[in-house]
Amino acid sequence: MVKVLIRSLFMIAALMSAPAFAQEKFIVVASTTSTEDSGLFKYLLPLFKAKTGIDVRVVAQGTGQALATARKGDADVVFVHDKVAETKFMEEGFGVDRREVMYNDFIIVGAKTDTAKINGSKDVIESLKKIATSQSPFASRGDKSGTHAAELRYWKQAEIDPQTGKGTWYRETGSGMGPTLNTASAMGAYAFTDRGTWLNFKNRGDLGIVVEGDTKLNNQYGIMLVNPAKHAHVKKEMGLAFIDWVTSAEGQLAIAAYKIEGQQLFFPNRSRLVNAK
Amino acid sequence: MVESILPLSVRSLSYSVGAVEVIRDASFAIERGSRNIVLGANGAGKSVLLRLLHGLLLPSGGQIKWARADAKFKQAMVFQRPVMLRRTARENIEFALQVAGREKNISHAARAALESVGLTHLADRPARLCSGGEQQRIALARAWALVPEVLFLDEPTASLDPTATKAIEEIIAAINNTGTTIIMTTHDIGQAKRIAHRVLFLHRGRLMEDALAGHFFTEPQSPEAAAFIKGELLW
Amino acid sequence: MAEISQGFTTAATLIGTANTELLSIVWLSLKVSGIAVMIASLLALPFGAWLALVRFPGRQSLIAILNGMMGLPPVVVGLLVYLALSRAGPLGSLGLLFTPAAMVAAQTLLIFPIITALTRQVIEDAWIEYREQLISLNASRGQSMMALLWDMRFTLLTAVLAGFGRAIAEVGAVMIVGGNIDGITRVMTTAISLETSKGDLALALALGIVLIGIVVIVNAIAQIVKTTAMKHHG
Repeated sequence: MVKVLIRSLFMIAALMSAPAFAQEKFIVVASTTSTEDSGLFKYLLPLFKAKTGIDVRVVAQGTGQALATARKGDADVVFVHDKVAETKFMEEGFGVDRREVMYNDFIIVGAKTDTAKINGSKDVIESLKKIATSQSPFASRGDKSGTHAAELRYWKQAEIDPQTGKGTWYRETGSGMGPTLNTASAMGAYAFTDRGTWLNFKNRGDLGIVVEGDTKLNNQYGIMLVNPAKHAHVKKEMGLAFIDWVTSAEGQLAIAAYKIEGQQLFFPNRSRLVNAK
Repeated sequence: MVESILPLSVRSLSYSVGAVEVIRDASFAIERGSRNIVLGANGAGKSVLLRLLHGLLLPSGGQIKWARADAKFKQAMVFQRPVMLRRTARENIEFALQVAGREKNISHAARAALESVGLTHLADRPARLCSGGEQQRIALARAWALVPEVLFLDEPTASLDPTATKAIEEIIAAINNTGTTIIMTTHDIGQAKRIAHRVLFLHRGRLMEDALAGHFFTEPQSPEAAAFIKGELLW
Repeated sequence: MAEISQGFTTAATLIGTANTELLSIVWLSLKVSGIAVMIASLLALPFGAWLALVRFPGRQSLIAILNGMMGLPPVVVGLLVYLALSRAGPLGSLGLLFTPAAMVAAQTLLIFPIITALTRQVIEDAWIEYREQLISLNASRGQSMMALLWDMRFTLLTAVLAGFGRAIAEVGAVMIVGGNIDGITRVMTTAISLETSKGDLALALALGIVLIGIVVIVNAIAQIVKTTAMKHHG
């Protein structure tokens, strides 16, 4: 009885909102806060829509949450940046046809006071060690996102368990990249971030880039279709059309063309191959 | 309706709140067409007695027996402070008629009722914006429109000035003249003299006298009634 | 501090230029919360009135629970609706997650207890005044409920507005079930949240100022309607 009532409630809500909100052709893409906050989608999606007429609805979450959303079948495509988690997702059979799309790099930002004396360093591992030994405040995402996973990998390589600094110098914000940068800016803390979010971030205060250019700091984005064999309602054709487009020459050029204040935010994988050769 | 809900017979009626007996062992009968005044000082239990008879309160003991089982649909009540709905005077009466299950000519009946109390000009005024006396007349019109066999009135003029009181008393007499039995409480001896055919004198929850008006005012049987008529304060 | 004056300037510019993106976000906010308030009121007004008039064992506990649920955390409501509407959930087949309909559902659930509890209080107080008259007229419970709801309509408008204010101002629930999709499910509050994430505090504050302005205007209009109507109806 209650269930029927709730069900009819949703039906009413759906019926009342449906005519006004009707959109025939669309897919849902579960992606990351870094791509959304960097403004890339706002630039990219209208181009794709103009070509195909398909509306792409981006739900921006941390990589961990985005993969969880896809596991439940609540998205058609996943576009994230945590190769380890993505590989697991593929192995479990939740995703098909994974492709690498683009990359940017991670950086460490910090206040001008630079208490750990790492400004200008190109060695991420060494810098993290100095932050830990000097007990300099460090703001971490702490939200199982792609960036958070990457940060933890570097701590591990530096053979430091940041959990020991919890409550003193190591602060987990448990939120997205933007809020974490807001926190770092307010505290004068170091923070580990992707370059895209940083370039589009306005509330920098005293923060600036202190560590960049380490080849280890590569941040790779991958895209995959949610397995239609697991979730029958997945819009396979439209989803694949989007995946094909972002990895096509046209899509890759569009990604390369996205700039903020003259700086390129993301580097398409195909051009990298070309450059490497 | 062929049969009347009257006579009403009340036997050994009592009502208590906790240990306090508000009405004690009252027995009497009400005849068709009569004007009955329940008289007594404030706190004598008049309002409670009226509410017991009308069914707004349940007795603690004794019996209230109407001649017909559907009696509650043939009664109406007017309270000391009229409760007006936030709509026009006419709509207030229409509401009562709708609730009573009337379907035909509701609007016409409501207008007729307002006309009988001389308030045709207020038909479309929000009832709550009318004066106290006007609201009480609307309440009377609302009760009258239902064509009740019995009309209960609980101190209907207690909060009104003499002019408004006179208008109300005239309407009560008119309603009685259409055959409706009146059962009304008052603490005002003058009003009781003007209206009553019969007086039920209540003192401290006890029915001291049940007499025709002429007898009651000239030859009260109890010292309490005699003192009350003389205008002395009762203990 | 600079952000605050910057926020007001940006807000003025956004409004002054009738920024189309802002307008569509504002319109969606009003639409989602408006529909949620309509559905919630349709259910909560009669339910609150019924609760005011009936007596049954456990009624007091139910009222206590409802009063407590007035402070329901939006995130929890969002999570429950998310789990229900997810493809893996019981209502997944409707495909409503990440749509405005899901946001309407979440806000409806969020404000239903508020409107119910306030209605119950208003009608119960009125019932004290009207009870004897309505019983005397042999009004049924349903008739009494309808009469009281209609009679207290101006006071109940405040209850409905309280629901609307809560709905349009909350971010936790709509963020989870709507997903803050640009152009589809982005409302005032999720847009504010996003701009804060991007560190554009001035723009975030400007949106906040617009949101507050809308809520104030809606309340002011309702207040004017209420006072003039009461003057005419007593």
